[in-house]
Amino acid sequence: MSATTNPLLEAKGITKYFGTITALENVNLKVHAGECLGVVGDNGAGKSTLMKVLSGLYKPSAGSLFFQGKEEILESPRDSQNLGLEMVYQDLALAGNLPIGENIFLGREPTKNLGFLKLLDFNKIKELTNAHLDKLKINVKSADQKVEELSGGQRQAVAIARSTAFNAKVVIMDEPTAALAIKEVGKVLDLINSLKKTGVGVIVISHRMDDIFTVCDRVMALFQGTNFAEANLSSTSRDEVIGWIMGKK
Amino acid sequence: MEDKDKKIVSLHLKLMPYLEKYGILLLLVIMILVMHILQPDVFLSWRNVTNVFKQISWQSMLALGVFMVIVTAGIDLSVGSIMMLSLMILAVVAKAGAPWYIVVITPLIAGFLCGLFNGLGITLLRMPHPFIMTLGTLYIFRGTGNLISGGTPISGFTDEVRYLGHGRIDLQWLGLEKSQYLPVSLVLIAIVYIIFWIFLNHSKTGKWIYAIGGNPNAARASGINVNKILVIVYSLCGFLSGIGALILAGRTDSGYPNAGLQSELDAIAACIIGGASFFGGRGTVLGVFAGVMIMGILRNGLNLMDVSSFWQQVLIGSIIVLAVYVDVLRRDLGTRK
Repeated sequence: MSATTNPLLEAKGITKYFGTITALENVNLKVHAGECLGVVGDNGAGKSTLMKVLSGLYKPSAGSLFFQGKEEILESPRDSQNLGLEMVYQDLALAGNLPIGENIFLGREPTKNLGFLKLLDFNKIKELTNAHLDKLKINVKSADQKVEELSGGQRQAVAIARSTAFNAKVVIMDEPTAALAIKEVGKVLDLINSLKKTGVGVIVISHRMDDIFTVCDRVMALFQGTNFAEANLSSTSRDEVIGWIMGKK
Repeated sequence: MEDKDKKIVSLHLKLMPYLEKYGILLLLVIMILVMHILQPDVFLSWRNVTNVFKQISWQSMLALGVFMVIVTAGIDLSVGSIMMLSLMILAVVAKAGAPWYIVVITPLIAGFLCGLFNGLGITLLRMPHPFIMTLGTLYIFRGTGNLISGGTPISGFTDEVRYLGHGRIDLQWLGLEKSQYLPVSLVLIAIVYIIFWIFLNHSKTGKWIYAIGGNPNAARASGINVNKILVIVYSLCGFLSGIGALILAGRTDSGYPNAGLQSELDAIAACIIGGASFFGGRGTVLGVFAGVMIMGILRNGLNLMDVSSFWQQVLIGSIIVLAVYVDVLRRDLGTRK
């Protein structure tokens, strides 16, 4: 990845206060097309807060976001989605009582007109879901299966499928492998690699060095809400990154 | 022997989805059959069946409203009071001599505004639970209703105002007798339930109501304006209570201070019996209808058999506990833990 091309997403000087607590202070981040950025840091380092700022769920107290070189102000997750910025949450953010297809299209359901009524187009949801799951090589029994009936890995796959169903340009994943069985981790990492190949910029937050060193091109560390260190994967080592997490350079 | 067991298990698994969907209707049919056997001459007579529908007419509106709220994992304790306040406003406006089309529309607007008040209170005041807001408005709305009317009944409405609750659709052109009419309230129940079935199952907003009940964080992360949807849900619940008030005005020809007292609990009971989950995201319009019918038929049947109303209370309470226990069992079978 050449650093000379314009970054797809860039955050400059992001600061976020919760009351008197400073969660983030003057944090910078950028990710290019087809690149995977790993974000590491100890619990409470501000990783999840930063991701929620990027997805529009939190408004930053200071700082600005640039998408494809243009400054953007995100008022809600819908704004970031419209830009092509998708988030896969650690708690997955799926509604267990709804089928897979309806989860993937939640909030953006295709509709058909019946006279003056706008009704959900269930056939189209099913069709698009099957096509999309096939594309990502995700195996489930049927798009009509309720999410609460799925395994942890399948749910993660559905969450990733959801984030990429609408031509996402940047996908942010918060601990994508944390809740998974070992054999499911590989599948999710494969999925991330295939996303990169399609030109999507991926940001992965993870505790697991294996994940970072399998899929990422660059890694940055947050420490107590600030940028601590950053390096290309080729010029660093696991031990060094683990040291960053503990606040040692 | 083992093969036979396996067959039973697989048959059981095949039947489960249908049981989950239509089990409550099965219970309703069984109840109707039992009542018919116990009271063969009266129970399924035209007069009694239409009577049951007239009796459940306004409760079915409250139950449908509360059901939508329960789907979002909320609760509305104020529907009985909303209905009473709407009824009192209707009565006062009618007594003031307003034309019938104004009188008819007032309870609907009043109910809607009460629901809007609940919804805005829950979202803007960030009440920790809708229980608290609607417990407050349970008192506020009933008190306001009594303030408006002076705490005394107001009677005597015109036929137009009473049409929805009291009107009859003559079926003599079908060759039936004059006593075999169709209550307008029955047609109204059917229309309202079909509209809300379409709304909840086939519109975006309806789908989002279920999504909020399933996982409000998922809904929020999907860009759904959860607060806006909640305000819509509570407003619609109030609106349905307003329709209930209009029906009740027709049935009783009077606005009275005790109208809808404790009917919020009946409405909640009907939803629970009908398979709605307090944790949100679960339940069907058909189930609510079955729940309302089961309660109505139980009361009617026990009245026909001269069973005391004290036993009716005991039985309805038992059915609530039993219905939820059956729900717990089937969830254990159906869901990965």
